[in-house]
Amino acid sequence: MNEQLSIEVTDLTVAYGEKPVLWDVDLSVPAGTLMAIVGPNGAGKTTLIKAILNLIPTAAGQVLIYGQPYTEQRHRVGYVPQRGSVDWDFPTSVLDVVMMGRYGALGWFKRPGTKERQMALEALAKVGMQDYAPRQISQLSGGQQQRTFLARALVQDAQVYFMDEPFQGVDATTERAIVELLKELRAAGKTVVVVHHDLQTVPEYFDWVTLLNVRRIASGPVSAVFTDENLRLTYGGRVAFLERNGNGVGEQGDRGVGESAVASHISPTPPRPHASTPQPRR
Amino acid sequence: MDFFQLFHDLFFDYTLRTVALGAATLGIVSGALGSFAMLRRQSLLGDAMSHAALPGVVLAFMLTGLKTPLVLMLGATVAGITGILLMVAINRYTRIKEDSALGIVLSVFFGFGLLLLTFLQRNPDARQAGLNKFLFGQAATLLTQDVVTMAIFGGVALLLMLLFWKEFKLLSFDRDFGASLGFPMQWLEILITTLLVIAIVIGLQAVGVVLMSAMVVAPAAAARQWTNRLGWMVAIAAGFGALAGVSGTLISSLGSGLSTGPVIVLCISTIVVISLLFATNRGLFWRWLYQQRNRRKLHAKQVLSNLYLMASQHAEPTHPHAITALKVMGAGERGVRYSLQVLAEEGLVRPAQGDQWALTPAGVDAARALLHNEA
Repeated sequence: MNEQLSIEVTDLTVAYGEKPVLWDVDLSVPAGTLMAIVGPNGAGKTTLIKAILNLIPTAAGQVLIYGQPYTEQRHRVGYVPQRGSVDWDFPTSVLDVVMMGRYGALGWFKRPGTKERQMALEALAKVGMQDYAPRQISQLSGGQQQRTFLARALVQDAQVYFMDEPFQGVDATTERAIVELLKELRAAGKTVVVVHHDLQTVPEYFDWVTLLNVRRIASGPVSAVFTDENLRLTYGGRVAFLERNGNGVGEQGDRGVGESAVASHISPTPPRPHASTPQPRR
Repeated sequence: MDFFQLFHDLFFDYTLRTVALGAATLGIVSGALGSFAMLRRQSLLGDAMSHAALPGVVLAFMLTGLKTPLVLMLGATVAGITGILLMVAINRYTRIKEDSALGIVLSVFFGFGLLLLTFLQRNPDARQAGLNKFLFGQAATLLTQDVVTMAIFGGVALLLMLLFWKEFKLLSFDRDFGASLGFPMQWLEILITTLLVIAIVIGLQAVGVVLMSAMVVAPAAAARQWTNRLGWMVAIAAGFGALAGVSGTLISSLGSGLSTGPVIVLCISTIVVISLLFATNRGLFWRWLYQQRNRRKLHAKQVLSNLYLMASQHAEPTHPHAITALKVMGAGERGVRYSLQVLAEEGLVRPAQGDQWALTPAGVDAARALLHNEA
């Protein structure tokens, strides 16, 4: 295993007014890891990513990327925001959006040229979207939008990636294609952090996992921390109830887990880490 | 004045040429920068800014006693920016939401401006005459020095827009992603908003504070209909803005005492309506036409299969039936005859005696294929 830590977060705290959204979160992620962040709605998963990327003000905390402060390592970090965070009726083409991934490397005032266009086309080919380059982005399906965003992240050519729900609203085929892509990135020694919703697929897709509910409940290799006990702590007792009764009627959790939608994300029997070991790490 | 004369004057009449140049300048600048405002969903911000500029104009005159365009524009800019800052502050520190904050700032500033205007008018000082034109605009009063000032401010604003093109595009499309790349998004936001203030301020004398926001919103909305590229959208919006500015100025110069603002706004509104209806791809008219064509196709298919179903009660599949029976069959009362004529042109049906219609052999095949596909 690569001993170098790609992401080190200490004491990260975010509050909106009086209400803490993230409380004292620590993370240490080794390089070459595929890590999921899971937790109920309102647990602060998106907030965690945005706080790490310095997109929202933090109350306390420090973020190191490969041992250096994030602000000095920006060029080594790629970001895939939630698909729904932008206006897909914006007058621009798929190729244009993907080239935006090069804007950081280009710096001020310089316009993208042949080299950037070439890189964007290659990235589009990697996500199977090469034929869509000249398309107006409003004509894309949800899965195609997601793959466009992934291509944009690929041209960033980063070492560490943060992806906010890349599987949201995509069909099974696209999901598999994205997972393959993530594994390729890992094979190339990159670190990918993914906000994820489907607990069932965690052991299959990821080798590390962080369980989050305002506080960090647990973080580490899936085989070690993706346990019933930790899930119960994260989702507030509800998982255990589901397990015993085998139906979707959960009791109210004590951590402000309100929406019944959460219940549907949880499989009736959470996968036992011992039964299904994650795929061997490279 | 005939049209040719008007056209001639546009280039050779000093006053008209000056006025048209000024109107074109304001149209280009507000159209181009308005495109970014629209894409950032801040069209209404322009409305608040222009109304908020009125007290700035009047106060600038009261404090300096000058009516030079530079002084008045500076006053308008300062007041406009103050209005925006107040809106941001209200939004951030109170529970009042953005739209209400906008309404508050707009009406309070505008009301204060009107108050100052009426106060000035009571004063027996002849110099203040003419400030009224800032309400509804009076392009005819534009002088060369006004136009030069407008062109310099507008030119600088457009140059900055082109210089920061890539950054502004990123800001408008995906602010968070831009921030993650290390661009100072907040500063870019302040810059583009300032450019919008400039675009509004240079149009105030010609169009007036009440209607200037239309010059920010309308050209961009019309241009969006015609293209799916940001560059083209900005260029087309600038073109539309200039077209509306010049034509509005010319029309208002024909009649005496017509305020230019309303006329220019009517011109740009016409462009918007035409664009909404007839723009390629997005135009409502084409979409309606496409729907009608589809509906007719479906209707004709329905009539064809009805005719076949009725004929199947008889030995001969080409047995004729009355048109009234087809109407009852429920393909919709209207348009049965039209559909039959369409089918007849395709050689699938033929008229028989006494308003009856029958399938041709080709029609029988077509109906069978149709029903077979549906099954």
